[in-house]
Amino acid sequence: MKVIKINKKDWENGINQSKKEYQLFGPVKEKDNYIFKKLQLDEYPDMEHKDTLVSPKSILFPQTEKILQTNLDESIDDHHIMKQVKKDYSKRAVISIKPYDAKAIQILNLNFDTDEYKDPYWCEAYKATTFIGLAVNNPSVFDFSSSTNTGPFAEQGLDVLLIDCSKEYLAKVLTDKGQAFLDVAGFNQETDNKKAIEIINNMKKKAENAISSQISTQNLKDKNTLDLYEAPFWDDIAFSCINCGTCSFVCPTCWCFDIQDETKGNLSYRIRNWDTCMSPLFTLHASGHNPRGEKTMRVRQRFMHKLKYFLDKYDNGIMCVGCGRCVKLCPVNIDIRKVCNLMNSHEPDTDN
Amino acid sequence: MENPYIPYPVVIDDIKIATEDKSLKTFKFVFLNKQDEKKFSLYKAGQFAELSIPGIGEIPIGIASSPVEKGFVKFTVFKTGVVTSHLHNMKVGDIMGIRGPLGNWYPWDMLKGKNVVIIGGGFAFTTLRSSIIYMLDPANRSQFGNIDVVYGARTPGMLLYRDELYEWETRDDINMHITVDGTNDSDWKYNVGFVPAIVEKKAPKADLNTYAIVCGPPIMIKFTEPALKKLGYNEKQIIMSLENRMKCGIGMCGRCNIGKELVCKDGPVFTLEEINKTPKEY
Ligand SMILES: Cc1cc2nc3c(=O)[nH]c(=O)nc-3n(C[C@H](O)[C@H](O)[C@H](O)COP(=O)(O)OP(=O)(O)OC[C@H]3O[C@@H](n4cnc5c(N)ncnc54)[C@H](O)[C@@H]3O)c2cc1C
Ligand code: SF4
Ligand code: SF4
Ligand code: FES
Repeated sequence: MKVIKINKKDWENGINQSKKEYQLFGPVKEKDNYIFKKLQLDEYPDMEHKDTLVSPKSILFPQTEKILQTNLDESIDDHHIMKQVKKDYSKRAVISIKPYDAKAIQILNLNFDTDEYKDPYWCEAYKATTFIGLAVNNPSVFDFSSSTNTGPFAEQGLDVLLIDCSKEYLAKVLTDKGQAFLDVAGFNQETDNKKAIEIINNMKKKAENAISSQISTQNLKDKNTLDLYEAPFWDDIAFSCINCGTCSFVCPTCWCFDIQDETKGNLSYRIRNWDTCMSPLFTLHASGHNPRGEKTMRVRQRFMHKLKYFLDKYDNGIMCVGCGRCVKLCPVNIDIRKVCNLMNSHEPDTDN
Repeated sequence: MENPYIPYPVVIDDIKIATEDKSLKTFKFVFLNKQDEKKFSLYKAGQFAELSIPGIGEIPIGIASSPVEKGFVKFTVFKTGVVTSHLHNMKVGDIMGIRGPLGNWYPWDMLKGKNVVIIGGGFAFTTLRSSIIYMLDPANRSQFGNIDVVYGARTPGMLLYRDELYEWETRDDINMHITVDGTNDSDWKYNVGFVPAIVEKKAPKADLNTYAIVCGPPIMIKFTEPALKKLGYNEKQIIMSLENRMKCGIGMCGRCNIGKELVCKDGPVFTLEEINKTPKEY
């Protein structure tokens, strides 16, 4: 594996260079929060940023996205015939994505790119994107990513991993896509690989040790789904939930969406919007019947999906990367770490 | 890359009122493009499609026509909310879309050589009609043993596909047990009583070669299960088609799940054995 050295003095210049071939997305501060957005010519990614409020999944899977369009004017050809909305899928790079958010993109990819169906909007955007990660030297108190199959220096889903070594970045080149980006940016200063890897590994250990909270997931796989579903703790967990949906909207691994038609004049769009299983409308039948009509059922669905159904379906870990956003932002302090540990240690009552 | 969200354009070719209260209509659609028809016509009885009305929305509806009927597709739709009400007001000649076929189907390969008992209630008879037409087709009839059908509605006028039902009654290669909850019609020649009761009285006892396909409102399903158990059917021999609120129909939007199964893609057809392994959130 090759490591490139980037002097921080050259950083902005490289970013400018890369903008000639790539649309760049990166974290910037807006009001009190960091968000990922498309960088204008004079904008640079904030490399000191803490967590972004919502995850960069929105770059590939926007909160609201036009997918089909048609014209309802009966006097024109092709009226009422729905066609794919044309979009720009030219090369783009996400700069300074955190390793756990990159891992989350891999999880979303399992949902949108399947053997039977491919979601073209996701797949095209995914193909066009280069992921330039930034290792997390100082994990936040909410970060528990080292126990969710990722971690502050994890490489899965990344094309380049940048490591901030105060005066310079070390750039671990992970894929050809990553190399191509560095070439365009003009970052090509080779370094003593062995020494660089040693430095990186030491920093990695330090960062991992700085993560204080862990979850235990090792028993989840062998637990019986219905035992967990019927466990006595769900009412307690759900008691204070106000079904605001914050947890799903900020989550980098939540993929559920709604589809709606919107019409202006004769131009009609089919639009998809992020949705949340915390909303009673999510499952409401036209007849009024609602299979998840009670709050407890919806809270249970969220955790069962992330920590059991997903695990059983893909046999590829849990559907949580440990970013801690939902823990930090839930207005009533519902904490997936506690729920996970309860589920992981649940033994069904054997008396009945 | 094929875009699974784009519906095939179709034109409404015919609309028939299906029940006396006019709450159900049967729509016949013809594809605008022959190659779309060819792709769609590979459907199997039990699958559904998304009926797509530009500007209004999409709804999952079971395919009521049968793969052996060529040149068109049919759906019978109950008027209840936004999209279904709009559809009920549309006219012959209007253009809309159909996306599919979607979901799995009744296990026709496994059912070869078996006796089949079809149990339906209310307007959930659409894919069962498709199945009956498929099995009765001269090319297919010999592949199945006895066919029994228990189908019930509130009143005679609420039964779907009445002309076909009465025609099937006269045949000797299918045993019909039509029933209504009640009727003032003194000429009514068939059963009176709820579906589960008629199942218990008239459906064949289970043997290893007999399978039941059940489709109906939740309350009917709930009471039909014990009736079938009494007749000796085990969980593997009871096949059901489920309904959940849907959007994408292709397993991506995440809303129709029961446990790890997505009703739109892993279903809508499940055996009772499979259903008993998942949370019953339908
Ligand atoms: C596999 C399957 C097969 C079906 N087959 C038939 C059939 O043959 N005939 C028939 O009349 N009905 C059928 N239904 C039910 C039918 O889909 C709903 O009645 C219809 O979606 C209601 O839409 P609406 O816009 O009028 O109602 P609204 O209450 O306005 O619903 C808004 C939207 O929610 C979704 N939705 C609401 N209720 C349901 C529901 N019960 N199931 C799925 N999505 C829902 C739809 O996307 C709908 O457009 C079937 C449902 C499923 C899942
Ligand atoms: S953020 Fe908290 S209160 Fe809001 S829906 Fe999620 S668990 Fe409930
Ligand atoms: S469930 Fe919470 S901690 Fe896990 S990935 Fe989603 S937002 Fe982050
Ligand atoms: S309807 Fe979208 S996942 Fe089933």
